[in-house]
Formats: sequence, C-alpha cells, structure tokens
Amino acid sequence: MTSITDIPKEEFILKCTSACAGCSDSLALRYVLKAAGPDSVLVVPACCTSVIQGIYPNTAFNIPVYNIAFGAAAACASGMSNAFRATGKKTNVIVYAGDGGTLDIGIQAMSGAFERGTDFLYICYDNEAYGNTGMQRSGGTPMGAKTTTTPTGKTDAKKDIDAIIAAHSPPYMATACAAYPQDLFRKVQKALTFRGPSFIHILAPCPPGWRFSTEKSVEMGKLAVKSGMWILYEREYGNLTINPQSKSAMKKPIPLEEYLAPQGRFKGIEAKTLEMLKQHLAKNIKKLLAEEAGE
Amino acid sequence: MKKIATGNKAVAEAVKQVQPTVVAAYPITPQTEIVEQIAEFVSTGELKSRYIPVESEHSAMAACIGASITGIRTFTATSSHGLLYMHEMTNWAAGARLPIVMANVNRSIGPGWNIWAEHTDAMQERDTGWLQVYVSTVQEAYDATLMAFRIAEHNDVLLPVMVNLDGFSLSHIMQPLDTVETGDFIPPMYLPHAIDPKNPKGYGGLTGPDQHFKFRWDIERSMRDSVKVIEATEKDFAKRFGRKYGFTDDYQCEDADVVVVSMGTLGKEAEVAIDTLRKEGIKAGSMRLRWLRPFPKLNLKGKDVVVIDRDYSFGFGGILAKSIQAQQKIDVYSVIAGLGGQEVTYEDIADFIRTRRIGEEFWFGVNDHV
Repeated sequence: MTSITDIPKEEFILKCTSACAGCSDSLALRYVLKAAGPDSVLVVPACCTSVIQGIYPNTAFNIPVYNIAFGAAAACASGMSNAFRATGKKTNVIVYAGDGGTLDIGIQAMSGAFERGTDFLYICYDNEAYGNTGMQRSGGTPMGAKTTTTPTGKTDAKKDIDAIIAAHSPPYMATACAAYPQDLFRKVQKALTFRGPSFIHILAPCPPGWRFSTEKSVEMGKLAVKSGMWILYEREYGNLTINPQSKSAMKKPIPLEEYLAPQGRFKGIEAKTLEMLKQHLAKNIKKLLAEEAGE
Repeated sequence: MKKIATGNKAVAEAVKQVQPTVVAAYPITPQTEIVEQIAEFVSTGELKSRYIPVESEHSAMAACIGASITGIRTFTATSSHGLLYMHEMTNWAAGARLPIVMANVNRSIGPGWNIWAEHTDAMQERDTGWLQVYVSTVQEAYDATLMAFRIAEHNDVLLPVMVNLDGFSLSHIMQPLDTVETGDFIPPMYLPHAIDPKNPKGYGGLTGPDQHFKFRWDIERSMRDSVKVIEATEKDFAKRFGRKYGFTDDYQCEDADVVVVSMGTLGKEAEVAIDTLRKEGIKAGSMRLRWLRPFPKLNLKGKDVVVIDRDYSFGFGGILAKSIQAQQKIDVYSVIAGLGGQEVTYEDIADFIRTRRIGEEFWFGVNDHV
C-alpha cells in the first residue's frame, strides 16, 4: 500500500487550470503525473483535459503535452514512442484520454496500438459522457443515466472496454478511481515498469455532468466502489487481483441507490432499469470473483 | 547506380537513401509496392527505420505526427481513399509544422471501385498546407522524393511535402533509374519546436481567434518562402547530380501560339503530341506543372491555353483550368480527361489542341463540347 508520504511533493499541474469546480479528471491527473515524473509526455486527444490545460500561450501543465485529433491519440503516441525508443530515450509516453476518445472514436487506433505492442501507457479517465461538449451520451454512459442526448435515460448498457483491452493481452491493466489517489499513484508507477502497452481505466466523477454538488466528487467515487458499480482491480500478464477496497465492498456492497440518489442524472430512473443495473452489477462481481479464484 | 525500376520502387529507393527514423504506413492499391519494398529494406537492415504497420491511414499520419514532433525524420505513402481517410491528420501535420514526407500514388475515388490514375485524391488536399509536387517518370519520382525531405525540413519551410505519382501509368511502369549517394545534400534534420521534457511546452492546445489567425498566416508565409527553397534545392540537385527540375517542365513553349498545360504522366504524353503538331506546322508547346502548391507564377499571356484536368470540382470546373484562369486572367480550353484511368494518347492530346475552343469545357469520351 502506498502511503501518502511516498507521493512526491512536486506538482506538474500548476495553479489556474480551467477545470470545473470539483473536477476529478484533474485530481486524477495530478497523481498520474506525480507517479510518472518529469521525463514524460502526455498525448491528449479532444477531451476535458484539452481545455483544462489552459489557453495558448499559457499552459497549466508543467510537462510536455501533445494535443491531437479526437480519434488519433493512441496512433500518435505509437509514433512518438517508436521515435523515442529509436533514439535511445526512455521518456514515458502517456495517453490521457476521456471515455469518448477511448471507447468510441479512438477505439480503432487504440486497438491497433495495443496489438502492435506499443511501449506506452494508455489512461482513460471516464466521466461516462462527452463532458467537454456538454454531456452527450458516450459508450461509457451507464444504462439509465440522463445525458443531453439521452434526455429520458440511456437504454443501452455501458461498453465493457476493459474486456476489450483484456482481449489484447497487455502485460498490465488496471482500473482506478480519482477518489483513491494512493491506489492510482501505485498503479501508474507499476504500469510504467512494464515494456509494451499498459492500460489504466479511471472512474472520474463529474459534478456538472452527473449533477451532484461540487464538494462531493471524492464521496461519489467512494460510493461507486462501495456499491460495486466500480471495481478496483489489476491484471498482470492476465492474472487478476481485486484490490482490497473492492474486495470488502464486493462481499457486502452498499445498496446501489446510495450511489445513484445524489446524482441528478439518475433522477426518476425506472424501477425496471434500476433492476437491470443491479443484475448487471451482481453478474460483474460474480464474474470477477470467479476469475480471481481461477474458476 | 543505374538500374531498372517501377515508380513505386524508385520512391522506396529514395526513402532508403534518406533513412527516415520512423515509417508508418498502411497498404492500398496501387501504393502497396512502396510499403512492401520499405518493409523488405527494413528486414534486410538496408533501411534502419522503425516501421509501424498501422491499422489505418488516419493512424499512419497520426503516428508520423507523433514521431516527427520528437525531432526525427518520418515518411509514409498512400493513395486515393487512404489519403482521404487521413485528411484530418494531413491538416494536423501542416498546422503542427511537421516536415513529414509522403508519397501519394494518384488514384480515383469511389464509388464505384476504380484503382486507376486520377488526380482528384491529391487535389482534395490542396488547401491543407502541404507542398505538392507531381512527377512524370520513374527517375523524377526518385529525385523528387529525395528533394522533398530537404525542402520540407528547411527551417524556412517546416511544412509537409507530398510527392504525387500516377497510379499504374507510373507506379507500375518500369523505366531506367539512376540512384545517387546524397552525401550532405540533405542535412541532418533540426526541428526547432521538438518535444523536450526538460523544456516542457503545450502543443496544439486551445487557441483564441487572434493567435489562430497568426498561425494560419504563418503557414502561408512559409508556403511563400518555400518558393526560394525549392528553387535552391533543385539548383543544387542539378549541380550535384546533373538533372534539372523546375516549377514547370516546359517543352517548346517559347515560340508557341498554343500551350497545353497538364500534370503527371499526361505531361510526357503531351510532349509527343507537340512533336506531331510541329510536323504539321502548328506552333504548339507543352507545360507540365510540377508544383501545385506552392502554385507557381506562370506566364501564358498572349498564347492560346489548353488545360487538361485529371480531376474535377463538381459545380465549378477543372481545378487546374480554373486556377490558371484566375491567375492569368485569361480564358482557356478546359479538357477533362483521364479520369478513372481513362486512356489518353498523344493523338488525343494533339486533337484537343487542334480543335480547341477557348472559353469552353470538354469532357473527353463523354460528350461533345459542353
């Protein structure tokens, strides 16, 4: 377990970002960069992070950031990683992309980069909608959630991107949550020790998008984990370890309603949809426990 | 070294000579031979590049962008639908001021599927900020590819360069090729804005209207400055290797009453048409446009001008014809010919010249004068 004192004091996200109040994307990124250190380049497709870094000629990030078109982050990083390695540089190449840029428009480039064994870390921070453009549905939006393009609630289930990544057999992949920075810090450090592609999927609760008050971002992340809606785990060469925070939550999850109730996006969710969410959640817990037990 | 090669192999030979650090490419007919040959050179160690076999052309250009911004030399090749698929990224490459070199084997756009020569693919990229050169022989494909790296990487330019060669009628045609040792003809690449973690900067982030406007102007300023760089590069190339090139390849234009303007392999065919017409006593000449961007200052005043477009802008006209009309403030005879690989012989070109109707547009093989 990483102690809070193990985390460097050095900041790579400076003051005056243009993030919304309570933004857990920037909270997560703060720890990602602390873990990665200064010899790193961020590759960022269109997403909230393209805005958060500030307006030219200023940047709030004390690390090189290469912004690239929406569907191209993994391909761009693939070229960058090859160029650095060809010239003997060990610089970390880290994609930091939202759920839209990962699960939807960027999935082809990402699949290609993983298949080719690109030496990079791909991080998807998932706020479960197109946040930058005003909360339209994405492949990451959970069933029942209202967005500006699903005004009565999404009828389709959240895309299981982790299963898709797992099918590429990367040496290391993990889930994380902005509400658990020590766990995230450790996972980023670990991911960067592997040669080849690694993947971290971070749940990033979004106050304006999920419609909860700004001081509750960390609380929302914790409720997601405690209810089993978000499970913290890692896979090393295919071997699954469920992290302790989720282990205990999975044994006795809090009622899902406790996680959904504070969020305006789930307001008025139909009983039928709620039941489907609960079933899906229980199925996922069972599946992961069985996988960990080697069944 | 003298050998026999196809247009595609000539491009690959030039890439081997230049040794880019990263090549990212995706196969498409009729470009495939270029990437196959490059993969072969990489496997034998003759080419010490990292070859990234990407899953699409969009990713090919994105990977070149990611590699180039670290300050190293990159190359890719594509054609037709591949070029259009990477269109978002070709814009990005120019806007990011990256000296990426790409060979484009000109091919028509579907539907229906047609794999033969047409210039519409590259013409649709003409406003992206890429320099574009069109070649007509295997030797020229080789020479232009070599020069493209020096021109793109020149710090007065720092824009990507596209070398265009006609699908099949050049890409798959065997001709003599004289390869050279470039020595210091192409200096080591220096990218002033290369990524450096010791000096962290943001690239391509949010940009307000005033700054964005300046960046656009900066591209145009470099495009204008590239004229001198192209001239100096072609002059030095001629001095070192004995082959002369210019913005246009003029054939018997000086005393001509009528000049036919075209691009690519049709320009070579046009020279034979001129020989035929001269025997008939018709004072005709051929001007083969090599550089489409930057578009050169032509001098066609006082001559009848016949323009052959192997492309079309629907609802507007032949793109080359319209460009020449606008620049020269003259009427031309606009011939649309060779689309989808349509065969156009020197006899046909001679006919276009003989039966010219200045101010009109003619679709060869489709109908009479429109």
